[in-house]
Amino acid sequence: MAIEVIKLSKAYGENIVLDKFSCTIEEGAATCIMGPSGSGKTTLLRILMGLEQPDSGSVNSIQGMRKSAVFQEERLCENLSVMSNIRLACGSCHTINDLRHAISAVGLPPDCISQPVRELSGGMRRRVEILRALLSEYDVLFLDEPFKALDSETKQIVINYIHSQSQGKTVVLVTHDITECEAMGAHHIISTLPQPSYP
Amino acid sequence: MSSITSGKSNNRTVVRPWAVAVWLLIWEAASVLIGQEILLVSPVSVVIKLKSLVFESNFWQTILFSFCRIVAGFLIATLTGTVFAALSACFRAVEELLAPVMLTIKATPVASFIILVLIWVPSRNLSVITSFLMVLPIIYTNVLIGIRSTDPKLLEMAELFRVPLSRKIIYIYLSQVMPYFQTACSVGLGMCWKAGVAAEVIGIPTGSIGEKLYKAKIYLETPDLFAWTLVIIVISILFERFFLLLLLRVVRRLERM
Repeated sequence: MAIEVIKLSKAYGENIVLDKFSCTIEEGAATCIMGPSGSGKTTLLRILMGLEQPDSGSVNSIQGMRKSAVFQEERLCENLSVMSNIRLACGSCHTINDLRHAISAVGLPPDCISQPVRELSGGMRRRVEILRALLSEYDVLFLDEPFKALDSETKQIVINYIHSQSQGKTVVLVTHDITECEAMGAHHIISTLPQPSYP
Repeated sequence: MSSITSGKSNNRTVVRPWAVAVWLLIWEAASVLIGQEILLVSPVSVVIKLKSLVFESNFWQTILFSFCRIVAGFLIATLTGTVFAALSACFRAVEELLAPVMLTIKATPVASFIILVLIWVPSRNLSVITSFLMVLPIIYTNVLIGIRSTDPKLLEMAELFRVPLSRKIIYIYLSQVMPYFQTACSVGLGMCWKAGVAAEVIGIPTGSIGEKLYKAKIYLETPDLFAWTLVIIVISILFERFFLLLLLRVVRRLERM
């Protein structure tokens, strides 16, 4: 069932971030949310993730869905190893071999599995976050600018991996780059620019 | 999020052998100048006394007596303080209920506690209670601060991924609280030995280090006083090193899990 966003409004003090925003997120497909900085993309995503409450409006058909996400800013436990960070979200539903395979698939050295993430570079940490999101069980996957800190070659590898792993799943991708939307196979693009109001 | 196991703190004061040697020479010179062993014993006499003590039959028994009780008080306080801190972090009412108790324990002079406890319990177990009371507020306060300073973004991430509480405790809270816990243990261990031995000196339980110190004072045996003090310092430092190393190992194992 598609996720229906109906007349969502959210303001922080005087700053109106979303004003009666409506859209539909298709089930089992990738949907891109685009828009200039400050247009409410992340706020919309946070409301969809259930981490923020809207001032008014509603989101239908998302209750009870298992969610997974790559947040815009880094949210890793720095002292923990790559494996512990992934297992934090997915438990022990994957064997070490599965994890090693996944790590290699995104271009990370398999040996880094036991390394604390604080010892990894920015791009490597980003890929750990992406793996954590993909390897946990989910019905809807939220990706908030997931490819930043990745060079173009790695970005392509990671996009292909996400695309192959999330086939048939509902994916919501926030990005500034239309080529990322295309590479993710997203046909549906939502703009968070103010929507025209009809009488 | 700060690292627990990476590198050593730059703020840690380094004890250089030459500095220790200078102070020992000053001590020796002062004792020679004074010329009265009762007033200031020479470091050489202390070492000789210590050597003879080591071969006395009840030396190790005395150490074991005090060590077991003081460390037991410390461990019980560590456990209780951590549980109380976790409960306070979860329930505001628990924190409010415990606040006056912790404040009172912190503010009350240790001697008052010792005398009060002597009325309640036999002097044998006095150092357990005293050590417990000294350490409890330190562990409680530090662990509570640690829990409170856990990165809310990590907790939000855990909420989104529906991470169960047990996994949240092991992977998020433990690793965030550990630096505070380590500091609290380090401070607490120093405090519990000082207060525990002070309690034994007042309560004079038979077979304790405190009793030996008391006897040294009564018979004006200054070399004994210094030798036993040295023993307390060494045990205290060794146990602190061992305990913190054990903690670090546990944390490191969790990190690599």
